[in-house]
Amino acid sequence: MKVLVAVKRVVDYNVKVRAKADGSDVDLNNVKMSINPFCEIAVEEAVRLKEAGVATEVVAVSIGEKNCQEQIRTALALGADRGIQVEVAGKVEPLVVAKLLKAVVDKEQPQLVILGKQSIDGDNNQTGQMLGALANMGQGTFASEVVVEGDKVNVTREIDGGLQTVSLKLPAIVTTDLRLNEPRYASLPNIMKAKKKPLDVFTPEDLGVAVTSHLTQVKVAPPAARQAGIKVADVQELVDKLKNEAKVIS
Amino acid sequence: MSTLVIAEHDNSSLKTSTLNTVAAAQAIGGDIDILVAGADCGAVSTAAAAIPGIGKVLVADNAAYAHQLAENVSLLIAEVAAGYDNILAPATPNCKNFLPRVAALLDVAQISDVTAVESGDTFQRPIYAGNVIATVQSADAKKVITVRTTAYDAAPATGGSATVEALSAVHDAGISSFVNEEVAVSERPELTSAAVVISGGRGMQNGENFKLLEGIADKLGAAIGASRAAVDAGFVPNDMQVGQTGKIVAPDLYIAVGISGAIQHLAGMKDSKVIVAINKDEDAPIFQVADYGLVADLFDALPEFESSI
Repeated sequence: MKVLVAVKRVVDYNVKVRAKADGSDVDLNNVKMSINPFCEIAVEEAVRLKEAGVATEVVAVSIGEKNCQEQIRTALALGADRGIQVEVAGKVEPLVVAKLLKAVVDKEQPQLVILGKQSIDGDNNQTGQMLGALANMGQGTFASEVVVEGDKVNVTREIDGGLQTVSLKLPAIVTTDLRLNEPRYASLPNIMKAKKKPLDVFTPEDLGVAVTSHLTQVKVAPPAARQAGIKVADVQELVDKLKNEAKVIS
Repeated sequence: MSTLVIAEHDNSSLKTSTLNTVAAAQAIGGDIDILVAGADCGAVSTAAAAIPGIGKVLVADNAAYAHQLAENVSLLIAEVAAGYDNILAPATPNCKNFLPRVAALLDVAQISDVTAVESGDTFQRPIYAGNVIATVQSADAKKVITVRTTAYDAAPATGGSATVEALSAVHDAGISSFVNEEVAVSERPELTSAAVVISGGRGMQNGENFKLLEGIADKLGAAIGASRAAVDAGFVPNDMQVGQTGKIVAPDLYIAVGISGAIQHLAGMKDSKVIVAINKDEDAPIFQVADYGLVADLFDALPEFESSI
């Protein structure tokens, strides 16, 4: 079966992002960009399914400007077979991303679509679920285990206070959580090989999707700072403060 | 203006996150109704009807909604949404699962994790792991919103008498089914609703050392959490993770032990009323948000703290 895995180019996990002084947007000049960590877990899961003989082909798709081909190449170096870029300029809202992915799903007919549960820039946690609704597929979000059995997939999900397992008819959507796997590092030979793997580029017009905007970012600002308190000398002073000053323990 | 609040519940009790969401709905203004989707959830609808200021409680009580499978519940909500300007749900794992499906079915954007309402169409929400607060304006006639529950104090739970109306519509998409659930049985309160939370970070060194937190948690009636660093290092499971991509908590007392204070962790706990940090590195960023900081080796401080409370 074919697995489609979505990857997003985002600010690297280790970069501390700041709002620009004029509040127009975050400052992304000269910062390191990487594959979104949850997307990396998605690629790893797809590649493991292929290594286990469950998947026959892994296709990595990204939606963005030309430079997102770097992240597609990263996915190819990790073991995906070929790439698709949908060329879109600027920021794209999750609903539009879901519509573009739906068009790619229609074209590619994968049995499983694996996405990260959220991207660490917009923190929306929407795209996988929206794709599920548009494609009328079942979804296993926040997955910590994925088991394909015949024409179904069992997904174990992280919920409040524990785990829930759902059974989904294929084709289906999976969004990844941290516990699903630990992504490998791409080896140098695989990075070289990835450069030769096929990568197709489409425009939204090719896919018949209108890129619309529903939300306007009015401004961005740093979060309200919390006042630092005091340092206490020892445990006894700490207990005293908590009992008599903050009155949070008795 | 009318708002539909989606109730968070487990078929037997209404969760407090629903009350936080009602408070956000009140900040928007207008009429507020509540939708309860579940199975044998009569007690939940009774509780929802007791919330003051609610017009009516719509109850879809059917086996198809027993586990609130996203594929089924989203069809129901999208249908009921026809009569409302705003659809609000708490940003819990459960509602985050189904609400984006509702937005897609309605062909509108979802605004996730709203922390403040500026006007009927303009909202604040944290992005980039809480490093930045974005103000966004929606052009959609119908707004689908999840609410960061720690940003709103719970609305009162009793004193109201809303009418309860049963919905007969049954939506079963037939593409998913519930298999099982393993919910950790614990004497301790849930992380997201506990009045006291004690969390360990990489400084705990291993999972075994989290036992040092248990005695304190037992004495304080606290839930135990962890930083992402501790989860990534394999000390404890991911469901204990407090942070932007984990659980968002705002207890009366938060005790951070051996946690340096990465922004992704701070985003998950900085709305706590009182923050205590115990760390041997006096320059750790956690001290910049702590009300009470103790520079000490946690392996000395924790046993002494436990015996002093």
